[in-house]
Amino acid sequence: MKENDIRFAKLLILVNGAVPLALLVWDQSHHRLGANPQNFLILTTGMMTLIFLILTMAVTPLRKVTGWNWLIQFRRMLGLYAFFYGCLHFLCFFSLDRGFSVSSTLTEMVKRKYLIVGSTALIAMIPLAVTSTNAMIKRLGGKRWRALHRLAYVAAVAGVIHYYMQVKADVRQPLVFATVLAVLLGYRWVEYWRRPKPATATTGTVKPTTEA
Amino acid sequence: MKEPNKISSREVTDPAVYFNRRTFIRAGVLAASAVATGVAYRRLNPVAAGKVNTPIIQGITQPAATTANAAGFRVDEPETSLEDITHYNNFYEFSTDKEGVAPAAAGFDTKGWQVSVEGLVNKPKVFDLDDLLKISPPEERIYRMRCVEAWSMVIPWVGFSLSKLLDVVEPLNDAKYVAFQTLLDPTRMPGQRSDVLDWPYVEGLRMDEAMHPLTILASGIYDRALPPQDGAPIRLVVPWKYGFKGIKSIVKIKLVAAQPTTTWSAYAPNEYGFYANVNPHVDHPRWSQATEQRIGESGRRPTLMFNGYEEQVGHLYAGMDLRASF
Repeated sequence: MKENDIRFAKLLILVNGAVPLALLVWDQSHHRLGANPQNFLILTTGMMTLIFLILTMAVTPLRKVTGWNWLIQFRRMLGLYAFFYGCLHFLCFFSLDRGFSVSSTLTEMVKRKYLIVGSTALIAMIPLAVTSTNAMIKRLGGKRWRALHRLAYVAAVAGVIHYYMQVKADVRQPLVFATVLAVLLGYRWVEYWRRPKPATATTGTVKPTTEA
Repeated sequence: MKEPNKISSREVTDPAVYFNRRTFIRAGVLAASAVATGVAYRRLNPVAAGKVNTPIIQGITQPAATTANAAGFRVDEPETSLEDITHYNNFYEFSTDKEGVAPAAAGFDTKGWQVSVEGLVNKPKVFDLDDLLKISPPEERIYRMRCVEAWSMVIPWVGFSLSKLLDVVEPLNDAKYVAFQTLLDPTRMPGQRSDVLDWPYVEGLRMDEAMHPLTILASGIYDRALPPQDGAPIRLVVPWKYGFKGIKSIVKIKLVAAQPTTTWSAYAPNEYGFYANVNPHVDHPRWSQATEQRIGESGRRPTLMFNGYEEQVGHLYAGMDLRASF
């Protein structure tokens, strides 16, 4: 893929990932977030985190099924958006739900199981975001980088469980996320067992140059 | 594809035009994808709005200003807007999405509504709604409403004390509890087609709670008949308890000897109790009940014991362990 195309692919995700945020800000400034804007902001940023996590994890299976290798160009930006919305989600909770109180935020986070699980998801994304640069991929080497980035599974699974746990009774939406995630994880599991063992070390899906 | 050497110089696109076209197409793809994402977002997050034009209730009496505040009949806090009260509802019979209840409940037909009052009473009766509403003149009651989900409103209800109805049917001595039931009709209440909760919705009060003057049967808000999303045509309001105790669209009231089953408590007994008194010191297992988001305000408010009605109702629970009987 040409440098130019890669830049366009990145721009495409950059713009589309910002659309939900732009609409959130627009609706907020026009008082159109409904009766409980605080709750809406927390919920929506959380949903966006899950959506981007799942999109990130869908890249590799989609690429393999369709043979569209250029899809890989989208992955880093999608993952960074998942982290970005996850941070926003936490900031909304910290400011709107806990009124900027560090002590009550910490107390709640330790006390409530769904918050422990949610924090796990967010914390698991930190090393992924930090090591998302080409320089870091080179420094870690493809194999170690890939191993580290399996934390994405932890983040996605914990994120969906966190959502499931805080729902009052209607678990249909969390179950939709869980189903999609199960399909994506199932695909990887099948791939893993089908793949001839020695090949795992050499088939590199991550090369700093194409990943740029 | 043509062999490169067969393309004459006339046919080669001018590089300037070629790159322009490419940029043009890319800009188009970018714009189209952004619009598609925006539309998808809007589909998932529709902006709820709508007018309430239910009939105005005539002859509403205002409680005397001097006694109203002391009795808890009128809270001196800013009232939540009609728009918010009617577009942020927990009413799973229509939708589990609070913003989706109003559109799902639009057009709910309450013609010929009847309420059966039965059980351990001297004079059981099936009331036509109009006859039931004539039992006592409609009064304005401005109450705090605290949802178990830690948000709250201030709502100007129109209704009268449940005790007025109970007096008419004359409870027997062994009637210790009052059990309530919502309409069961999946054709009119689409949410009942899914098994999110056990239908019909049922609630209950202890006799002294039911007889307390603050406990009302409400038929209106803001001087208008209740819109469907708020529990038309008649619902219960118990201002010192979490909102889910305020059962909506009531068809049956039964006086009984033993504590009746209540929907949320049966669904998750460790999370929702029979009493469900608002209590900032007893957390929901999954979240804190110490503070609340008042709808229409920016910061959070501390939650008050018995939702601020301790003076009026505290004596009902004297000596009870509210941690065990939550």
